[in-house]
Amino acid sequence: MLLQNLRRVLSAFVVCASLAIAATPSAQDLRIGVAADVTSIDPHFFNLFPNNNVAEHIFDKLVRMDPDSKMIPGLATSWKTIDPMTWEFKLRKGVKFHDGSELTADDVVFSINRVPNIPNSPGPFTAYTKAITKIDVIDPYTLHIHYATPYPLSPNDLSTIYIVSKKVAASATTEDFNSGKAAIGSGPYKFVRYVNGDRVELARNDEYWGDKPAYAKVTFRIIKNEAARTAALLSGDVDAIEQPPTADLARLKADPKFTVTSKISHRVIYFNFDFLDRSSPYITGKDGKPLAKNPLLDLRVRRAMSKAINRKAIADRVMEGQAVPSGQLVSDHLFGFVPTLKADAYDPDGAKKLLAEAGYPDGFNLTIHGPSGRYVNDEKIVQAVAQMLSRIGIICKVETAPMGPYSARASKQEFSFHMVGWGASTGEASSPLRSLLATFDAKKGLGAVNWGRYSNPKVDYLIEQALQQVDDDNRKVMLQRATQLAMDDLGLMPVHFQFTIWATKKGVQYTPRTDEYTLAYQFHAIK
Amino acid sequence: MLVYLIRRSLQSVVVLAVMSLLVFVGVYAVGNPIDILINPQADQADRQRAIESLGLDKPLWMQYLVFLRDALHGDLGHSFVHSTSALGLIFERMPATLELAVVAMLFAIVMGIPLGLWAGLKPESLSGRSIMAGSILGFSLPTFWVGLMLIMVFSVMLGWLPSNGRGETVSLLGVPVSFLTLDGWRHLILPSTNLALFNVALMIRLTRAGTREALMQDYVKFARAKGLSNARVIGVHVLRNILIPIVTVIGLQFGALIAFAIVTESVFAWPGMGKLLVDSINFLDRPVIVAYLLVIVTLFIVINLIVDLVYSALDPRVRLQENKG
Repeated sequence: MLLQNLRRVLSAFVVCASLAIAATPSAQDLRIGVAADVTSIDPHFFNLFPNNNVAEHIFDKLVRMDPDSKMIPGLATSWKTIDPMTWEFKLRKGVKFHDGSELTADDVVFSINRVPNIPNSPGPFTAYTKAITKIDVIDPYTLHIHYATPYPLSPNDLSTIYIVSKKVAASATTEDFNSGKAAIGSGPYKFVRYVNGDRVELARNDEYWGDKPAYAKVTFRIIKNEAARTAALLSGDVDAIEQPPTADLARLKADPKFTVTSKISHRVIYFNFDFLDRSSPYITGKDGKPLAKNPLLDLRVRRAMSKAINRKAIADRVMEGQAVPSGQLVSDHLFGFVPTLKADAYDPDGAKKLLAEAGYPDGFNLTIHGPSGRYVNDEKIVQAVAQMLSRIGIICKVETAPMGPYSARASKQEFSFHMVGWGASTGEASSPLRSLLATFDAKKGLGAVNWGRYSNPKVDYLIEQALQQVDDDNRKVMLQRATQLAMDDLGLMPVHFQFTIWATKKGVQYTPRTDEYTLAYQFHAIK
Repeated sequence: MLVYLIRRSLQSVVVLAVMSLLVFVGVYAVGNPIDILINPQADQADRQRAIESLGLDKPLWMQYLVFLRDALHGDLGHSFVHSTSALGLIFERMPATLELAVVAMLFAIVMGIPLGLWAGLKPESLSGRSIMAGSILGFSLPTFWVGLMLIMVFSVMLGWLPSNGRGETVSLLGVPVSFLTLDGWRHLILPSTNLALFNVALMIRLTRAGTREALMQDYVKFARAKGLSNARVIGVHVLRNILIPIVTVIGLQFGALIAFAIVTESVFAWPGMGKLLVDSINFLDRPVIVAYLLVIVTLFIVINLIVDLVYSALDPRVRLQENKG
């Protein structure tokens, strides 16, 4: 009996072993090491970067973003305003879901209506759908989307909403998506398998309406530890990785077996000043006693701090060249960039003069706060800034914490001067302006992440006008003027735009993207 | 015996209740999960909606009572970020961690006890001394560093073994296991070695000390005087007597292996429970953190009980009884 069992186990062992050997990767396979955990396959459950990164493969959107974050046709072949409060979207004909059924306007309406109705969603996509008052289906390929006010951002908003099949998803729960039962989209890849905390497997959709992806079988391996991720690439366990640590870049670049690609990201790294009229919690005089007045309310002090920062040194040394200094909120490819607005030049003497003029010839003591492990080299940036400020007499201490407790404190104005990052995911300057620099106003939904509480009525006016200006040229001018005003005020202090980095083995090439996504269909085999 | 078991279970329930309250309050003190979870583009109204949908708008005591009520019905809540049941999530990850811990423990026993025995029998020999010197390394090298070195040598430089992840799994009684496939073993070797290293050293030291002590005892001398073979003296008389402290430590360390597999799991991207805990702490995913710790505490309680039972089997002098001290 025992012997029989043993024999059975042994034969199972042999069969599995031969299977394991047979499953060696072929040229049609692509294995990608990704840095963050996928928590769900349901594309509307949780607006989280790694989840969206997977959804980008399985599901389509009306409007897509090209690698430079410019809008391009997706399921919608064209879009236009009929009047300032109504947008018309024309759908692509003959698009098939992975189960063979055709995608029509009903599926789009269903998907948009599904967004606010996901139970227990920790981070809904409602920010992009709640302005919609009504959707009319004119015919199976034409939609009219109505808004309560003139609304220019409809296509930007809808570039974040994934379209699911009404037939499949109507009765499906989020768990049905995770198991694959309901993970039916119309995207370039089909869902194969999701192993929580380990991997997501996809297979090419040969019926896809767009360009055919180069690789037939794709595995996303979740490897959060950055040293382990690099090791996985070096040992050939994966063909490509995202976000190799900047410290390993020199080694990877020197090795002819690997290629490093990078691209400026839509993410700006910046510092918030405390704009509250109070004795700022982490500023003291040189004698260690709290200052009655908040020195950061004086523009000359803020300007002095900005001039004291050697942004180029941070980009070259701390970031190993993987960043570009910035004096504004969006980089040059994005809508609302101000070509004439440059970052403050490094000028410690000028900074000292400004401090003296403002009445702080000896500077003051300051504790700088920053997140740890959230942005590329975040702790090192905070430390570099602290040293640079100390050189003009602002003696700094540094405190960092993981993003959870950190953001909880920052959003309650518990800090005096702290670092954050912001990705303009809609591809427009309106995104950072409305959230970071508009006056905090819960009713209007403005300034939600304005943690420093900067407030300038002129900037608010321009932002509110821009958010209702359907004409692109006019809107661009308004966004540029709002940016210029807020930066003249130093409503916050930009440091740089970070680069997103990918490393691939020789023979695999990636077309890098501004929006930081790692998309399997942008990998190509090269000789 | 029965009274003993009932008393133990009652104690366990109290421990579990106190533990859940502590974790609940602790996670609450760290911060509001919504601050991390919600996309920054969301405005204040979206935030409020998300807070309400996760039940985080209620006062803490009410959240805890809701948790207790559900827990008594066997439901430890749903993960905030995965939308699946917290317990389900943990049990989905548990086989991977248990597999890793069992292999590491076996490795520690198979390596540690014979080496320790050898070092105890020949303390002055070169081999005995080398074993002891090696065990110091096992104690003092940090796990994450050894893990990365193992990867560098065996995966990157030699290319013999995969650098991370779990191999091909097959279903054994409905549980996915990887130790029945060759690919599974290839993936298991490095992380389990890494996890076992500390325990190999511990086993060596314990066995050596026990052996040296036992060799001095009268019963060993008597056994030798009786003319028993060396193999029988060591294999039966010495080994059996030094096993009691070793079994205790194996029990305790097995719990520790499971609970502290976290470092090894993250270095080797091993999809186990430890990695789940780290990810959940990063998200402040309270239901999973609470459920995980409750499961671990339960595991420790069960292991301790088993150790006590094995004790009484190994040493007839030990009797399980009510402790009236």
